[in-house]
Amino acid sequence: MNRRGPVFLARRSYRMRRLRDGARLLPVAGTFLLLLPILWQPSATEARDTAFDGIYIFAVWAGLIIVAAILSRALGTGEEAEAPAGQEDDEGLTP
Amino acid sequence: MPFNLLVLACLTYVAFLFAIAFAVERRAQAGAARWLRSPWIYTLSLSIYCTAWTFYGAVGYAARSGLEFVTIYLGPTLMFIGWWWVLRKLVRIGRQQRVTSIADMISSRYGKSNLLGVIVTLICVVAATPYIALQLQSVTLSFGVFAAAGSYGWVMPDTASTGLWVASGLALFTILFGTRNLDANEQHTGIVIAIAVEAVVKLVALVAVGIFVVWFIADGPADIVTRINASPIADWELVPTRWAGLIALSATAVITLPRMFQVLVVENSDERNLATASWAFPLYLAAMSVFVVPIAVVGLQMLPAGANPDLFVLTVPLSVGQGGLAMLAFLGGFSSATSMVIVASIALATMVSNHIVMPVWLSLRPTREVTGDVRRLVLNARRFSIAGVLGLGYLYYSFSGGSASLASIGLISFVGVAQMMPAMLGGLFWRGATRVGAAAGLITGFVLWAYTLFLPSFGPDSVFSLSVLMDGPLGLSWLRPQALFGARGMDPLIHALFWSLVGNTTAFALGSLFSFPSPVERVQGLAFVNVFDTERSEPQAWDQGLIDTEELLKLAQRILGDEPALTFFQQATQEQGTDGYLPDPTPSFLEALERKLAGAVGAAAAHAMIAELAGRARVTVADLIRVADETAQIMENSSRLEHQRAELERTARQLREANEKLTQISIQKDAFLSQISHELRTPMTSIRAFSEILMEGDVPPEMAVTQARIIHEEAIRLTRLLDDLLDLSVLENGTVQLDLRLVSLTELIDRALRAAGQVRPEQTFVIWRDLPTEALFIRTDPDRLAQVFINLVSNSRKYCDARQPEIRIAVKQRGARVIVDFIDNGSGIPKDKQHIIFEKFARLTDQTRAGGAGLGLAICREIMANLGGSITYLPAQGGAAFRVTLPLRLEKPKYSDAA
Repeated sequence: MNRRGPVFLARRSYRMRRLRDGARLLPVAGTFLLLLPILWQPSATEARDTAFDGIYIFAVWAGLIIVAAILSRALGTGEEAEAPAGQEDDEGLTP
Repeated sequence: MPFNLLVLACLTYVAFLFAIAFAVERRAQAGAARWLRSPWIYTLSLSIYCTAWTFYGAVGYAARSGLEFVTIYLGPTLMFIGWWWVLRKLVRIGRQQRVTSIADMISSRYGKSNLLGVIVTLICVVAATPYIALQLQSVTLSFGVFAAAGSYGWVMPDTASTGLWVASGLALFTILFGTRNLDANEQHTGIVIAIAVEAVVKLVALVAVGIFVVWFIADGPADIVTRINASPIADWELVPTRWAGLIALSATAVITLPRMFQVLVVENSDERNLATASWAFPLYLAAMSVFVVPIAVVGLQMLPAGANPDLFVLTVPLSVGQGGLAMLAFLGGFSSATSMVIVASIALATMVSNHIVMPVWLSLRPTREVTGDVRRLVLNARRFSIAGVLGLGYLYYSFSGGSASLASIGLISFVGVAQMMPAMLGGLFWRGATRVGAAAGLITGFVLWAYTLFLPSFGPDSVFSLSVLMDGPLGLSWLRPQALFGARGMDPLIHALFWSLVGNTTAFALGSLFSFPSPVERVQGLAFVNVFDTERSEPQAWDQGLIDTEELLKLAQRILGDEPALTFFQQATQEQGTDGYLPDPTPSFLEALERKLAGAVGAAAAHAMIAELAGRARVTVADLIRVADETAQIMENSSRLEHQRAELERTARQLREANEKLTQISIQKDAFLSQISHELRTPMTSIRAFSEILMEGDVPPEMAVTQARIIHEEAIRLTRLLDDLLDLSVLENGTVQLDLRLVSLTELIDRALRAAGQVRPEQTFVIWRDLPTEALFIRTDPDRLAQVFINLVSNSRKYCDARQPEIRIAVKQRGARVIVDFIDNGSGIPKDKQHIIFEKFARLTDQTRAGGAGLGLAICREIMANLGGSITYLPAQGGAAFRVTLPLRLEKPKYSDAA
């Protein structure tokens, strides 16, 4: 456990950690958004609009890709600092 | 389009891919070019996920079910943008453990278990057959489209034999592509490049058709939306379980499909490529999917009602006379099918040869000797496996009638490979996952999948009779293949997915919880789950044991080939600093060799081979105990050495101290000698002087008598001094002979007083005695004790300077000791002189008056020491006070037989 680390981190490493958290949260957000159409139509009482749904899905898809690109670029440069990432993996989240 | 032209086109394309692969591999052998490991090549190679299913089947899926087709691509999107969760760990482990296939990873995680390797291989082979059949079907159908268009040249044979020809062609091509040599890491750089090229061709073809449809057939996106709203698929049904279930299923499949695992993990050359692929691969998938609905809608509008929507990508361009575009699309579809078959069958063949053929061959070998050419055996095993896999795919194709939709076939395969997910993910994140659990989970999942999905897919009366499907086996309705345990009304696919994964996970969890892992399993579990905590993990160190390096070389030669093996061994000797071809079997060398062999025959087989040569199967507990014993012995030796060192230090210290003492004694001796010579010289001087005067002759007689008397006195003094010295020396050496007798203390004191009375007889001394206390009988040497008493009393008589001098003699008895005090009433001895009075030649006043040499008290001290007692000065008694203590009975002299 790295509880003996400093309470106040430098801005840079704090940002790095939040970026990694962001990378972990992105698929969760993506899953939620992509499963959202289920809520719009609980069961097939009224037919769905293919065009609208299609545009929605592709818009979400594009958004996810763009955010993932930004995050991976930011994280890719921080990949060299693997050791903190490895230790950090004990912090709270499992993977 | 004439059929033979079509065939020619296909062959040309294939030859083109082959040429690229070949050229790249040559370049890679010469020196890996940096661009080969570029993230874009990696991303494009991942496009192997999009096969003919995507190229043809997606449009068909959309035409039938609306937007549901997109779930197949949303799952991988989520898995890839969420690479930080699973993919990162997967790739890291794959690189660290040099995993060669998914079966290898699972088997390696659970203690290099061969059983698991076999199970996973079999599941993958069975699950792949629908997928390969799907590719065969799509190619056959696409051939059929073009053959129908023209009727000169060769006429296309019927679909069944076409399928056979296609299968054979693909098998041949794959064998040529993938089994020319054995790579140590199981990486096929050339194939990866060929796939990347093919990915571009696929994308270009589909996007070209899409653009054509949107902007040239329709009037742009707005028109497309209008057409969508006017088409039969304007309203589509979202079944929540299917929507969520298929997204989850495709997310699983993207890592458990053997071909995906191959390009994702095994062929990965740089971990950082994953960061780029995390968004670039979803981008590719989106690009492939964006035109699917427009093409489907336009196809539904333009083509007759019964047209197969799976082929809209071909038939729509053909219907508007765009033969060239259709040709491009055909090539795209053909190449997507081809690349899938190549990569999948290579991955499967690797698994079969490493986990089934090699272990069987190893166990059937009668002797220890590695005979025969293992390399050739491995390559042949792989070729047969490729042919076998394609054969099975063809059988499935012909059994299933080739009439089902492409997508539905593919989904059967997806659920099959999804059975690997609990064992794999559990192994990555849960250290408590064990081999027994994994095996239980895999078998349960496989059985349930086969029962609920795979076997029913052959059709109602091929495997399961209709009655079994409707009413359950033996009439047990709760065992109906498509409505297990009363789950009626579930979509068959989701039903199968649900039950198989529930059964799989439950069996996996229970099996793991109730079984105990072996030591190797635990080591591997730690290495896998905590892979980010260590930069370099050594999964297993080899004990050198009785390894004969020459045997290893023979083994390596047979598996890797003569030259590669010799090169490898020579490199190792150079690294070790020697020369020749036989390096020392150090643990690091053995590990490197094991890895290299694992690339050719699989980790489990390589491990087993080296283990046999090393003479032991694994690091056993016995080995560990032996190592611990050795360590304990070493520790014992070192502690003994420590003791010896400490002792030596002690001895050195003692020697130093003794040396110091000796130096001091030598100094003392020198001082003593100078003192003696001084003492002796003084009387001698007088004697000489007066003798000389007497020799003159003219000395009056009275003076002569006086001088003679002086000479006499001095001679006596000298004699006394010499006697004292001798006495002292004898006492100090402990060579004195004590005459031990029982004597009365009273008598002794009387005697001492009488003798001491000769000193200063003119002086009247008052002597105080307490006679009752002196009534003791002591066993000691009376003469010596008397000597001490005489000395003390004489000293008092000589030095006591009181006007009425008194001496008090006090006797006490304490237990076994007698204490005799001699106290006078003089002025005593000054404090600063009290400790030197017992030293030799110590005199407090000048010598002439005392008449002695200053040895008296020194002699007393030695005598008392010899008598087992002591003499000390008592301060603050109102005068000079000496205390003599001695034992009541001295049994034997203190120093007896001193050398």
